[in-house]
Amino acid sequence: MNPVTLAILALLLPAGAFLLIGVLAPLRRSGRPAAFLSIAAVATSLAAAIRTWQLASGSVEPIRAAWNWLPGANGPLATVGVLIDPQSSLMLILVTLVATLVQIYSLEYLHDEPPAAFGRYYAYHSLFVFSMMGVVLSPNLLQLFVCWELVGVCSYLLIGFWYRKPEAARAALKAFWTTKAGDVGLLIGIVLLYRLAGTWDILELEHMVKGGTLATAGLGVITFCLYLGAMGKSAQFPLHVWLPDAMEGPTPVSALIHAATMVTAGVYLLVRTEFLFHQTPQVLLLVGWIGGITALLAAIMACVQTDIKKVLAYSTVSQLGYMMTAVGAGFAGAGFLHLLTHGVFKALLFLGAGAVIHAVHSNEMHDMGGLFKRMPQVATVFIIGTLSLAGVPAFAGFISKEEVLGATLAGGLTGPFVMLLTGAFLTAFYMSKVVFLVFFAAPAAPGHAHGHTHDDGHHGHHGDPPFLMAGPLWILAIAAIVIGVYSTFFHHAEPEFASPGWLTPVAVAMGLAGIVGAYLTYQTRTISADTLASVFAPIRVAAVNKFWLDDLYLFIYRHILLAFARLIGWTDRYIVDGVLNVISAWTLDGGDALRRIQTGRVGDYIFAVAAGLLVLMLWMRGTL
Amino acid sequence: MPLSAYLSLAAVLFSIGLFGVITRRNTVGILLGVELMLNAVNINFVAFSRFHGTALGMIFTLFAICITVAEIALGLALVILLFRMRRTSTADHIDWLKG
Amino acid sequence: MGFPILSVITWSPFVSALIIMAFARHRPTLVRMTGVVGSSLSLVLSILLYFKYDHVANGFQFHEFLPLVPSMGINYNLAVDGWGLVLTLLTAIILFAGSFASWTVKTRGQEFYALLLLLSTGVFGVFASLDLFVFFLFYEIAVLPMYLLIAIWGSTGEVKPEGMFGWAFKRVGVGTKEYAAMKLTLYLLLGSAFILVGMLALYTAAGSTSFSFLDLQKVKFDPQLQSWVFLFFYVGFGVLAGIFPFHTWSPDGHASAPTAVSMLHAGVLMKLGAYGVLRLGFGLTPDGAVQWAWLVGAIACVNIVYGALSAMSQKDLKYVVAYSSVSHMGVVMLGMATLTEQGINGSVFQMIAHGIMTGLFFALVGLVYEKAHSREIFKMGGFATMMPGISTAFAIGGFSSLGLPATAGFVAEFLTFIGAWQSAHSWWLIPGVLGAFFTSIYVLRVVKQIFYGAKSTDPHFQDLPDAKGTEWVAIVVLVCILVLFGVLPNLMLGPIDTTTVPLLVKMGVMR
Repeated sequence: MNPVTLAILALLLPAGAFLLIGVLAPLRRSGRPAAFLSIAAVATSLAAAIRTWQLASGSVEPIRAAWNWLPGANGPLATVGVLIDPQSSLMLILVTLVATLVQIYSLEYLHDEPPAAFGRYYAYHSLFVFSMMGVVLSPNLLQLFVCWELVGVCSYLLIGFWYRKPEAARAALKAFWTTKAGDVGLLIGIVLLYRLAGTWDILELEHMVKGGTLATAGLGVITFCLYLGAMGKSAQFPLHVWLPDAMEGPTPVSALIHAATMVTAGVYLLVRTEFLFHQTPQVLLLVGWIGGITALLAAIMACVQTDIKKVLAYSTVSQLGYMMTAVGAGFAGAGFLHLLTHGVFKALLFLGAGAVIHAVHSNEMHDMGGLFKRMPQVATVFIIGTLSLAGVPAFAGFISKEEVLGATLAGGLTGPFVMLLTGAFLTAFYMSKVVFLVFFAAPAAPGHAHGHTHDDGHHGHHGDPPFLMAGPLWILAIAAIVIGVYSTFFHHAEPEFASPGWLTPVAVAMGLAGIVGAYLTYQTRTISADTLASVFAPIRVAAVNKFWLDDLYLFIYRHILLAFARLIGWTDRYIVDGVLNVISAWTLDGGDALRRIQTGRVGDYIFAVAAGLLVLMLWMRGTL
Repeated sequence: MPLSAYLSLAAVLFSIGLFGVITRRNTVGILLGVELMLNAVNINFVAFSRFHGTALGMIFTLFAICITVAEIALGLALVILLFRMRRTSTADHIDWLKG
Repeated sequence: MGFPILSVITWSPFVSALIIMAFARHRPTLVRMTGVVGSSLSLVLSILLYFKYDHVANGFQFHEFLPLVPSMGINYNLAVDGWGLVLTLLTAIILFAGSFASWTVKTRGQEFYALLLLLSTGVFGVFASLDLFVFFLFYEIAVLPMYLLIAIWGSTGEVKPEGMFGWAFKRVGVGTKEYAAMKLTLYLLLGSAFILVGMLALYTAAGSTSFSFLDLQKVKFDPQLQSWVFLFFYVGFGVLAGIFPFHTWSPDGHASAPTAVSMLHAGVLMKLGAYGVLRLGFGLTPDGAVQWAWLVGAIACVNIVYGALSAMSQKDLKYVVAYSSVSHMGVVMLGMATLTEQGINGSVFQMIAHGIMTGLFFALVGLVYEKAHSREIFKMGGFATMMPGISTAFAIGGFSSLGLPATAGFVAEFLTFIGAWQSAHSWWLIPGVLGAFFTSIYVLRVVKQIFYGAKSTDPHFQDLPDAKGTEWVAIVVLVCILVLFGVLPNLMLGPIDTTTVPLLVKMGVMR
C-alpha cells in the first residue's frame, strides 16, 4: 500500500472505533468489547504507522495529499490531508505505540469501573488517538489547529473522566481554559498568517520562506501568536498551571496525554514551523528563555511535591521546557529528539507510578515505601525510566538531553543553558527521591504502613501487577534501553552544531550528583531533609505555593473577569433594559394620569364636546 | 323680522339646552335638555326654509321631529332600565366609562 | 412550471395548522401527529430541494409566479438562491425538532401546534419570497403568533425587581410572561415599521411599478437614499437579530417562551433579522451597506463581547442560552460587515450553526426543566450521573458554541475571523476571538455546575430520568447535524458561496 493510504488508514481506524463506540450505545455500555475494538483499531494503526515510517524514510521528498475542505471563489480556502515525512511518521509511531500500550494497560487499571464508564473511556481514547494523529500528519496549520482543539477536548473529557469528583471537574475546566487561552493566540496567528501568506500549507510556506517571497513584516506577531498556542498546550511558564492539576485524570491518561503525546504537540508545532521562527529571531529568543525558565521552575516545584503523580507532572513541564529551549536555540531537531525519547520514558514512569498507585490506593509517597520487595518488576522498570530521565548514559534520555544542552549552548543561550544544567541536577535529584522513597526507604509513617499491611489481605493484588499492566511497562522499558544503548554506542549522527568537549562529562556529573544527593538525603538520611528545607526556605515556600501563579489566575478569574461580567450583567438589566423599563413605566404612569380625565360622567363629556366646539368655532372665526 | 332674530332665538334655546344637559344630574333632565337643543336646530331649519323659500328645511324638520320622538322613547327606556339595575336616575352615578 | 416545491414547503405547516384546528379538536395524539407530519413534509421536501438545487449555477432557482395585484406590481413570487436554500433547510430542521420538543405541551395543545406551524409558514415564506410585499406579509406572520405563544404557554421567570429602577420593573411586570411577550412584540413591530418605510421608499424611488426584489435590484438608487434606507433596514431587521442596544427583548422573551418557541425563535427567527439585513440591506442598498459597514461591525463587536459577559453573569439557565444568542448573533452581523467572501460565508454559516445549536440548547434546557423543575444553575449539580444523554448533548452543543472544530460553530467563527482580518477594520478580529474565549468560560462553567461534580443533595434533584422516547428525536437530529456540518461544511458552504460572490461583485468590493 502506498504511504498515503496507510496514513489515512491509521488515521481513520481510531475515528471509526470512536464513532462505533460513541454511536452504538449497547456496545459502549458493554464495556470490554468496546475496549477490544478500540485496542484493535489503535494496534492496527500502529502497524500502519510503522509501515508508513519505513516507506517515508525511503523517500526523499515529503509525501503530501490533500482534499478540499472549505470552498472559496479562488480555489479552496482550506484543505485537509496528510503530510508524511520522517518527522511526522516517527511521531506517528510514538503516538500509536504509547496509545496502544496505554489502552492495553487500562484494561487492567480501570478494571473496577462500571462497563458504561469503561466504554466511554475507550471512546474518548479513540477520539484522542485520531485527533493526535491528525495533528501529527497535518499538512497545513488549519487542520493542525482543528485537531489541536480536538485533542484539547479529549484531554478535558479524560481529565474529567471521574466527573463526580469536584476536583476532577475543576481540573478539567482549568486545563481547557488555560490551553484555550493559548489557543486564542494560535487562532489569531493562523488568521493573520492567511492574510500575509495566503496559505496555511506547511510545505508551501517553507517554499515561500526559502524563496524569500514571504513578507517578513508582521511575521514576528504571527510566530509569537503561534508560540502562544504552543505555550498553552505544552505547558510553558506561565501557562503551565493546568498540567499538574490534570493529574486528577486516570493515570494511564496522564501517561498518554499529559506526558507522552498531547503536551508535546506544542513542541511539535514549533518543530513543524521552525522555518517561520527562524525568520523572527526575537521570538525565538523568547521561546528559549521561557523554555529555560519553565525547565528550572518546574524542576524546583517537582522537588517539593509529595504526590507521586505531581512529581511526574512537574517533571513533564520541566522536560517540555528543555525541548522548547532547544527549539528556541534554533535547533528544533534536538528538541524533537528529546520529545521522542521523553515520550517513551515518561510514559513508562507514569505507567509505573500507576501500577504503584493501583496497588497502594494512594498517590502520596508517605503511604508508600519499601515497595521494591513487593513489586520488583515495577521497581525495575521505574528505575530504568528514572535513569533515562536523569540522563544517565546508555539510557534513552542521555543522548537527547546532551543534544538539547549542546544546542542551547550552540544557540548562544547561555542563561537558559545554566538553568537547564541546574534543572538536570534537580531532575536527577527529585526522580531519585521518588525511587528511594517509594521503593527502598522504610515507610515514613509506620501507622500508614500498618494500615496498608492490613489492606494486604483485603486487596489481593498487592504485588507485581498482572500481565496486562506489566507487559506495556516492560515494552516501554526495553524500548528506553534499546534507544539509549543504540544512540549512546552505535549511532553517531552528524551533529548540526558543535558541542564543547566538557559538556557531556559535566551533564553526566550533574545527573549523578543529583542521584547521590537524593541517596544521601532520603535513603541513608545522612543529610536531613528538614535541614535542606530550612536552607532553601524561601525557594521552598515559593515552590510549595506554585510561585503564586494559581492564586493570581484565580484572582483574575474570580475578582476581575467574573466581577466584570457581573457588572456587565447588571448594566444590561438595570441600565440598558432599565432605561427601557423606565420609559415604559413612565408611559404607563402617563396613561394613568390621563385616565383621570375619563370621569365616566355624561355631563363632563358633553361639556368637553361643547367646549371643543366653541374653541373650533372661535378658531374658524379667526381664520375666516 | 330678520333672519338673525330667529337664529338668535335658536342659539339661545340651544345654549339653554346645552346648559341643561351639562348641569342636570337627573337623566330625565338631560333628555329634556337634548330635546331643547334638537328643537333649536329645528327652528334654524324652519327659519332658513322660510327665508330661502324652499320646503326642504320643513321636510327635514318633520323628519327630525319623528326621529326625536323615537330617540326620546329609546332614551327613556334606557333610563328606566338603568334605574332598574342601579336604583338611581342620577347621571353622575352612572360612570361605567370611568377610566 | 413543475411541482411547486417551495409553495408546498411553505404552506404545508399552514395546512397542517388548519387541519389541527378543524379536525383534531380534543385529540392530542392527532394534533401531534398532524404537526409532525406537516413539519416532516417540509423537512423532506427541503432536503429534496437541497439535492435538486443546481449547486454550480448562481442566482435564484425554483421560480413560482402568481400575479396578485399587477397594477401595483405585487406578485406572489417564490424562489431560492444559496442562502435561501440553506436557511429553508435550517427552518425545516428546527421545525421538525421543535414539533417533537412540544410533545409534552399539556394545555391547549391544539392551538399551540397551530400557532407554531403558522409561524413556520411565515418563516419559510420570508426565506423564499422574492416580492417585498409578500416578504413583509410573511415576516409579520412569522412575528405575530409569538405574542400568543409566549403570553399563553410561557413561563414566568424568577426575576426579583430591585435596585434603583425597581419601581419601574415592578410597574411593567418584569419577569412575567406577559411582559416578555409584550416587550418582544413591541420591539419587533417597531422594527417592522422601519422595514416598511424602507421598502416603500425604495418602491417609490424605483417608480412604484414593482415590489419584485429582482427588479429593484437592478435599480441604481441615489446614494443619499441608500444611506438612510440601509440604516432603516439595519435597525428594523437588526432588532430581530438582537443588535445592541435593542437586544433586551431576547433574554426575557426566550426565557419566558415555551421550549419549542424558544427553539424556533432563537434558532430561526433571529436569523430572519440577519437575513433581512443581508438580503435587503446589502442586496438593494449596497452603497449604504458599504457606507455603514463600520457601524454594523462595531455594534456586532459590542454584541459579541457584551453578550458573552452578560451570559457569564446569569444565574438562570435559559438566560445564559439567550445571552449566548445575543453574542452569537454578533458573529453573524460581524461576518456580513466585513464585506469579504469569507466573512459573509461565515455569517450565513453562523446563522445555520447557531440556529441548530441554540435549538439544541433550548430543547435540552426544556428537558432539564421538565425533569428537575428548576432553571437555577447554582442549585443544580451532578446531573450527569442521572441524565448522561442530556449531559452529553449539552456538552456537544457547548463545544459548538465555543467554536470547537468538528462542530458547525467552528467553521462559522473561523470564516468570520478570516473575513474580519481581511476587512477594512481588522481590529474586529480581537473582540471576535475574545468572545469565543469567553464563551468557553461561561458554557463549560455551566456544564460543570449542572452536570459534573458531586450530586446535589436537594431532595428535588434525586432520581431524575434521562430523556426518553420522542424526546430523543430533537436532540439526536440536532446533534448529528451540528457535527455533520462541522465535519463537512462544504455541504452548506457550496451553495452559500455561489450567492455571496455575485453579491460582492455587484457591491464592487470584489473583482
